[in-house]
Amino acid sequence: MSSAQIEIQLIAAVVAAACALPGVFLVLRKMALISDAISHSILPGIVIGFFITHDLGSPLNILLAAITGVITVVLVEFIQKTGLVKEDTAIGLVFPAMFSVGVILIALNANDVHLDIDAVLLGELAFAPFDRMLINGDDFGPKALWVVGTILLVTVLLLIVFYKELKVSTFDQGLAAALGFSPVVLHYGLMSVASVTTVGAFDAVGAILVVALMIAPAATVYLLTNDLKKLLVGAVCIGVFSAISGYWLAHLLDASIAGAITTVLGALFLLTYLFAPSKGLFSVLYRQKQQRKEVMLLTFLLHIQNHSEEEERHVNHLNEHINWQEVRAKSVLDLASKNNMIIIQNGVINLTEKGQTFTSKAIQYITDNERSEIEGMKDELFLFRG
Amino acid sequence: MDKDSQKYAIKVDDLTVAYNYKPVLWDIDLAIPEGVLMAIVGPNGAGKSTLIKSILGIIKPIAGKVTVFGKSYKQQRSLVAYVPQKGSVDWDFPTTALDVVLMGTYGSLGWIKRPGQIQKKQALEALEKVGMLSFKSRQISQLSGGQQQRVFLARALVQNAAIYFMDEPFQGVDATTEIAIINLLKELRKAGKTVIVVHHDLQTVPEYFDWVTFLNVKKIATGPVKEIFNDDNLTKTYGINYKVSVQK
Repeated sequence: MSSAQIEIQLIAAVVAAACALPGVFLVLRKMALISDAISHSILPGIVIGFFITHDLGSPLNILLAAITGVITVVLVEFIQKTGLVKEDTAIGLVFPAMFSVGVILIALNANDVHLDIDAVLLGELAFAPFDRMLINGDDFGPKALWVVGTILLVTVLLLIVFYKELKVSTFDQGLAAALGFSPVVLHYGLMSVASVTTVGAFDAVGAILVVALMIAPAATVYLLTNDLKKLLVGAVCIGVFSAISGYWLAHLLDASIAGAITTVLGALFLLTYLFAPSKGLFSVLYRQKQQRKEVMLLTFLLHIQNHSEEEERHVNHLNEHINWQEVRAKSVLDLASKNNMIIIQNGVINLTEKGQTFTSKAIQYITDNERSEIEGMKDELFLFRG
Repeated sequence: MDKDSQKYAIKVDDLTVAYNYKPVLWDIDLAIPEGVLMAIVGPNGAGKSTLIKSILGIIKPIAGKVTVFGKSYKQQRSLVAYVPQKGSVDWDFPTTALDVVLMGTYGSLGWIKRPGQIQKKQALEALEKVGMLSFKSRQISQLSGGQQQRVFLARALVQNAAIYFMDEPFQGVDATTEIAIINLLKELRKAGKTVIVVHHDLQTVPEYFDWVTFLNVKKIATGPVKEIFNDDNLTKTYGINYKVSVQK
């Protein structure tokens, strides 16, 4: 690996980590779209800053762009507060307007400015190592690494210091306000961090992919854990992993690095969505199937309990009376006898003691949903979960 | 300091709250004595939740003054605990029952300081009081509606406040939980606390509460249940000829 290769991976990894952290809170606050809005509408801020400083990574530029990001949030909230349009509409109105101002500014000054729309939308990670951090002629590595590294460090520090406040105001704004943790201050604090991070990452991955880096890791790990700390750590891990494996995928395919990183992020989300242990699609389907089976079993047991006539309880007449097809009747019968809930004597089905107790308890549960003793049953059967 | 307002747990003077210039609460005067268990009743849109939220400073009123034991809410924050409506939060939030209760201790900690062993012990005790200790590590979305309400209650208990505000604590809970909650509220009153509850079920008012406020944008009446919980005030509040069989 050349040093440029290592540097690109390092920048990508740091950008991914810096994006993942505010991303977690945006996802939890159901504000994922805001990151999209911020990433586009900071463009005029970046362009104006660039005219002044001629340097994308300068602190002034980052500050200007971040202010534009916060202005976007304020505008969205202002339009929303009029009550005339909903939040998603307000977002859809604000960011294209801001973005187009940026696009026009670039077009008007295209001759003087080294900044084009492609770079804005997609970024170019491969060029990042060319822009060096030079102090008194000494080379301190790529400038982008210093910029996003600083942003990551500040984000982590803020997160550690204000973790409790962010958590409570994200979970319950009313409580946060009543306890004296101003939700407004925390909201704009988070929006500022998201804006600054977006600006920092913008240079490397562009306006569109920065959204993926913010939202995808959080959305993926959200399906895997019920713990906020694990969610934060997990999102960073997913982000960094995608950044590095995305780099090598791009290397392999000779394609855009940012595009490859996003592809990896998308693939990871898809895999998690399908195979996550409890929230994944397959496990949900499996659970539903189990539930169906258990409802069948219970229906069958109730039928047996309700009827004393032998004919109603005869194996051969079962499908007729319960109006089930033979295959289903057979599988339910097997399930019941496997669990020792019935015994079959001369073709007539009888409930065992276990079957009796179980059925009675289940009826109790269904007719009287308020009993606490049902808690214990939840572990016995899928039926009573969730 | 205002001598008169000091006598009351909560005193509200000339409170007016508006959303987009439409008044939701109109010139409310209210004095809640210390140690009562009070219901706030009124039809939908009467401003019941808004009243609580304005007292707690969550909503900014356009006029009026609120004092808590004679001082502004900001100065008395530690004396007040608040249980919002269950539906006001996202129960899919990645956290456990114990963690939610711990949030009740954040107020006494202030900014930056983290909860430690003392706070954790308090939170566990509060969970035990509401009968939810065995669910402490359960993810909150996996709790039933009644259990979620108990967790919220535990979170308020851990604040060890003098005044408790609850926004429809009986909404969507089963009968067992309702009884458990009301017993707990009565215990709080016995301990000298003031408890203020937004309540919907008029039938249970005389049984559960000793003080009541009728609200419908304006305050209709406030006082002891025995004296003012009658058809006259109910009709004034709900606008129709309201009859409720008051259990004596």
